[in-house]
Amino acid sequence: MANATEPRVDARTGTATTGHEWDGIAELNTPLPRWWLWTFYLTIVWSIGYWIVYPAWPGVTGFTQGAFGWHARSAVVDDLKELQAIRGPGEAKLAAAKLDEIEKNPELLAFARASGGAAFANNCAPCHGAGAQGAVGYPNLNDDDWLWGGSLDDIQQTITHGARWDADKATRSSLMPAFGRDGILKADEIANVAQYVRSLSGLPNETNANLAKGKELFATNCAVCHGDDGKGKQEVGAPNLTDKIWLYGSDTASIVNRINVGGGGQMPAWGGRLDPTTIKALTVYVHSLGGGK
Amino acid sequence: MASSTQSSSLWHKHAIFEKNSIILVIGIIVAIAWGGLVEIVPLFYLKSTIEKVDGVRPYTPLELAGYNIYVREGCYLCHSQMIRPLRDEVERYGHYSLAAESMYDHPFQWGSKRNGPDLARVGGKYSDDWHRDHLRNPRAVVPASIMPSYPWLEKTPLDSTHIGDQMKTLSVVGVPYTQEMIDSAEADLKAQGAGDGKAATALVKRYPKTVVRDLTAEKDGLTELDALVAYLQHLGTQVDFKLYDDKANIR
Ligand code: HEC
Repeated sequence: MANATEPRVDARTGTATTGHEWDGIAELNTPLPRWWLWTFYLTIVWSIGYWIVYPAWPGVTGFTQGAFGWHARSAVVDDLKELQAIRGPGEAKLAAAKLDEIEKNPELLAFARASGGAAFANNCAPCHGAGAQGAVGYPNLNDDDWLWGGSLDDIQQTITHGARWDADKATRSSLMPAFGRDGILKADEIANVAQYVRSLSGLPNETNANLAKGKELFATNCAVCHGDDGKGKQEVGAPNLTDKIWLYGSDTASIVNRINVGGGGQMPAWGGRLDPTTIKALTVYVHSLGGGK
Repeated sequence: MASSTQSSSLWHKHAIFEKNSIILVIGIIVAIAWGGLVEIVPLFYLKSTIEKVDGVRPYTPLELAGYNIYVREGCYLCHSQMIRPLRDEVERYGHYSLAAESMYDHPFQWGSKRNGPDLARVGGKYSDDWHRDHLRNPRAVVPASIMPSYPWLEKTPLDSTHIGDQMKTLSVVGVPYTQEMIDSAEADLKAQGAGDGKAATALVKRYPKTVVRDLTAEKDGLTELDALVAYLQHLGTQVDFKLYDDKANIR
């Protein structure tokens, strides 16, 4: 860089060059745009203000606390208090009301449905679906087919304590035995009883199974929980098998599989995660979806 | 300034950096070292950077194996594990995350992108079956989901041969794994997936609040999916926020 000492001016543009030159080509030293430069200086000044206002510089035993004592963790507590001030009155009314009163009072019902709807979207929709329509293995909550009961009290109980959720002592529990896996019934017996179960909902016998044998097997093995007529028992969460509503599918393979592995789905106990008023709102929300008893 | 032929003397001095690569390198090192000094070094000596809370324990071997799969599959690219102290986040996800809750993560999984929801408190929110269905094919349970399917996880046996070594390595960087924990790593890993029994009792004694599951009833060994679900179900469940004092750690 032999010519780097003296800045020179480029004749054509009138702009100074950096003094760098390669094979006669010089580099223009175009100044930064003023607006850019001033914005840059402004951000530096801003940062100094920021250091003064907010917690910033570390020291030996602590850090600068900021002029106004602002802290993210106390700010969020204040924000939540503000929110509580807005919701508080409605929530207090909801907390004080008895479950069956809420649906009779339009104002309370609207509040419970809004609050319950939000809680449903966040917590329940991943399993039961955004429209509470359910999925394979996760019950539809819009219909009037209830595994554990569809009264307000039943729904509240199920939400609070969950189903087969071992961490909660009061959880809804009962397990269907794994008739196939544990060798309680033989494969041909399962085939018979599966077709008999299908026949309860008027579905055709697909495997030429012996329905009379199936009926016998049903009476000795299944009727304890599902009832002699197959209409189910909500005390033990045994589904009604005659209503054409199937949690795991009505095809032969699905039914055989259920009889083979038994068990049942799990639902978390929300009592440990949501406060009682939110659970109340959820109860009313689910009850009012269409199938509440 | 730079444009004028009468450059200020300060500007001339800056040219020293521009024209001597060694001096430029030294200048860069000084600038970065200053940033590190101010931003990183205090985290090591300021006691207030990690709050004291009860309940946070190191991962069980099975959870650690699940953590490895979480990292391997890049779940952090779409999921954060950091509930910020902001009203709407606390409303949706629960109590904001504490530094102590991720102090045994190496590397931490705070993430910086949320294509999907934050997972810091997903533990216990859904059933194991849901996680299995969801990881196998998210659309099976959430029709509009854009999360990829991970069907191979349930078909891949879990390789746990190095889990003890990993725990040993982690203990070097400060995770309080004892020699006893390291020695019984593989046994503990199997015990967490094999239901009740003596081994399970010993495991829970070493790692309080561990949820033991019977995962091998219908198959031979544990799969990668089992480990990942155990990891997810543990997230955010360590600190009991009913006992946690918000005011004690205002900062
Ligand atoms: C391409 C982005 C993407 C990747 C990668 C991804 N996810 Fe997701 N995840 C999502 C989205 C979007 C949702 C929300 C929709 C849904 O529930 O499927 C979600 C939801 C979830 C949920 C439910 C969270 C809640 O609170 O409802 C869990 C758990 C989860 N993902 C775990 C994982 C795991 C584990 C991995 C890695 C194996 C992973 N995800 C990888 C995008 C992603």
